[in-house]
Amino acid sequence: MARELPIGEYVSDGVDFLLDHAQGLFDGIAAGIEFVSGNLTDLLQATPIWAVFAVLAGLGLWRVGWRFALFVLVALYVILGMDLWEQTMDTLGLVLAATLVALGIGLPSGVAMAKSDIVAAVVRPVLDFMQTLPAFVYLIPAVLFFGLGEVPGTIATVIFSMPPAVRLMNLGIRHVPVENVEAGRAFGCNGAQLLFKVELPLAMPSIMAGVNQTIMLALSMVVIASMIGAGGLGNTVLTGIQRLDVGLGFEGGLGVVILAIILDRLTQSFGSRSTADSPLSRLKSLFSRGSEESSKG
Amino acid sequence: MDSKLAVQGVYKVFGGDPREALERIKRGEDKDTIFAETGLTVGVADASFSVEEGEVFVVMGLSGSGKSTMVRMLNRLIEPSAGSITLNGRDITRMSRKELIAVRRRSISMVFQSFALMPHQTVLQNTAFGLNVSGMKREEREKRAMEALDAVGLKANADSYPDELSGGMKQRVGLARALATDPEILLMDEAFSALDPLIRTEMQDELLRLQSEQARTVVFITHDLDEAMRVGDRIAIMEGGRVVQIGTPDEIVRAPANDYVRSFFRGVDVSHVFTAGDIARRDQLTVVERSGMRLRAALSRLDQSGRQVAVVNDRARVLQGVVTVDSIAQQLESSVGGKDGDIESAFIDDPPILASTPLTDIMTRVAESPWPVPVVDDEGHYVGAISRATLLLTLDRQDPEASEEEASHGA
Ligand SMILES: Nc1ncnc2c1ncn2[C@@H]1O[C@H](COP(=O)(O)OP(=O)(O)OP(=O)(O)O)[C@@H](O)[C@H]1O
Ligand SMILES: [Mg+2]
Repeated sequence: MARELPIGEYVSDGVDFLLDHAQGLFDGIAAGIEFVSGNLTDLLQATPIWAVFAVLAGLGLWRVGWRFALFVLVALYVILGMDLWEQTMDTLGLVLAATLVALGIGLPSGVAMAKSDIVAAVVRPVLDFMQTLPAFVYLIPAVLFFGLGEVPGTIATVIFSMPPAVRLMNLGIRHVPVENVEAGRAFGCNGAQLLFKVELPLAMPSIMAGVNQTIMLALSMVVIASMIGAGGLGNTVLTGIQRLDVGLGFEGGLGVVILAIILDRLTQSFGSRSTADSPLSRLKSLFSRGSEESSKG
Repeated sequence: MDSKLAVQGVYKVFGGDPREALERIKRGEDKDTIFAETGLTVGVADASFSVEEGEVFVVMGLSGSGKSTMVRMLNRLIEPSAGSITLNGRDITRMSRKELIAVRRRSISMVFQSFALMPHQTVLQNTAFGLNVSGMKREEREKRAMEALDAVGLKANADSYPDELSGGMKQRVGLARALATDPEILLMDEAFSALDPLIRTEMQDELLRLQSEQARTVVFITHDLDEAMRVGDRIAIMEGGRVVQIGTPDEIVRAPANDYVRSFFRGVDVSHVFTAGDIARRDQLTVVERSGMRLRAALSRLDQSGRQVAVVNDRARVLQGVVTVDSIAQQLESSVGGKDGDIESAFIDDPPILASTPLTDIMTRVAESPWPVPVVDDEGHYVGAISRATLLLTLDRQDPEASEEEASHGA
């Protein structure tokens, strides 16, 4: 039965064409992503458990407060207790790698959008597409191009999680007050100085909101990515589903939630507070505030 | 080419190809017609003026009259559509990007209505912004920024962040940031308009103080006449993109070019613009020109004119004294046998006002005096006298015609 608009055929023809002619390109991309996510995961796996505890709790203490640091310690202990440490580090590596790639592509795209209305008009529908197309749809070509494993998982995650970083970078720069931009220009900034000394710092809350969203979306892809062999906590959940093992599925889910809470609070703290604060001054205010709180509590 | 900054036939048209609008402006069409027929907005039309070294040049006008557009063309934050702007004889409109950036870094700086400080930087870093941009070493730029902060009295707040400061303090930082690069020209676009009245006056004083220490060339935008007259050496008034009048504050107050300009003065406190000499009138008092006159002759002069008071001048119009009917009568009575005496003997103790005294300083004196108070110039020449009625009329300028008439009388 011949359809009038065989879009599906065009797409699969296109994918076939790319497979035949652009395999080198995909190998290159795969190698790049492999490098980032492989190294990150290896690094995380090689890091002693106590060091992960120390770094995450330390960050929590610095950026958020002692209560949160305490939560981090307990939450990580729960993961350790569920015997999901290795999976959690795999997932963390995947999420961080996907986020790095998404930000590496997304943030500059956002800047380009903010600087040019034409770029913005072209990029916006692409972003809509990336965000609304069901993830399973691009899992198939991802597997075709990159095979099973961590790489296609990362790529699918990148596609799904990148849009907010682009959008919020664009929005943040466009919303920098006109007079601040004028001040920058009036004092003799060239293009790069204007971007780095005025626009990016003033857009920082918005940018950090974008980074936060990207990380959260990346985490939400964990289970789906594990369907094409990305491993990690997603695999635990998937196994739970396949075996109808409610307990196992819950443990995997809990691990994801814990990671989400830690990453969310940490990245949010970078958005809401002045990033110009030196760690030292933060540390000082932390001690004064910490003692206040504890005397109150 | 002697002027520091010369603006020659500058136009700005927003919203597309300016040629059509330029043609129409030259044919004399106004802003609204042009917008209705072409969709182009005329921001500034045919503006020409020059700013002298060390003066505060005020640009005043209602909202939308093109003040912000005008001032932003001076450092080319907005590109002029036509015309030339020369700084020290060099045409800014023809400069390359690189030259322009150099001029912005070294010669022209700007203060903004909303302060436009960088919230992520300390007061000191904000102040050093211009120097930082031009690549100065940290130590040197912080030293200079500290000096600029010292000049505006904010040295103690160097390590604060902008959101910890009050509005007035923020604008002091804005001012310090502009001064730190030691510019030849300071552009201030409604720099004090966002401040509440008390702080605003304080900042005007601050600017005047800074000017008295080191007179910079300042282009100061405001829509407030009081402010314009306080800080301005000269004022340019803009209406619908055009400059309709340029002059010193009292030139403009005394001879407004049109109704638009005149409308600014309605309900405005002019007491610090006008001086006693401006409103003194000759027809208030009888004038006795011969100081040698006898008492009885003077009395009959007063009688004829129906007035109570006369001023006595010498032949060179230098004021000698003031006599009243009462003081002459007293003198005649007290003298032995009603003997006629010299007019000097009847002078009352009523010192004249100097012509250069601002009205603010003579109000009580005039209000309390039973008769018009005589006014003399610096050499003691009699200029005229001010009655209570004249003073009140001047202060209450509801009727521009009447006050204009008065002003011309005083001249
Ligand atoms: N970027 C722009 N695009 C289009 N029109 C503009 C632009 N900037 C200013 N205008 C128009 O130019 C005219 C002059 O505006 P300008 O901002 O210079 O006025 P102003 O005297 O500074 O007014 P205000 O006192 O409100 O600040 C106005 O009609 C305004 O609408
Ligand atoms: Mg304005």
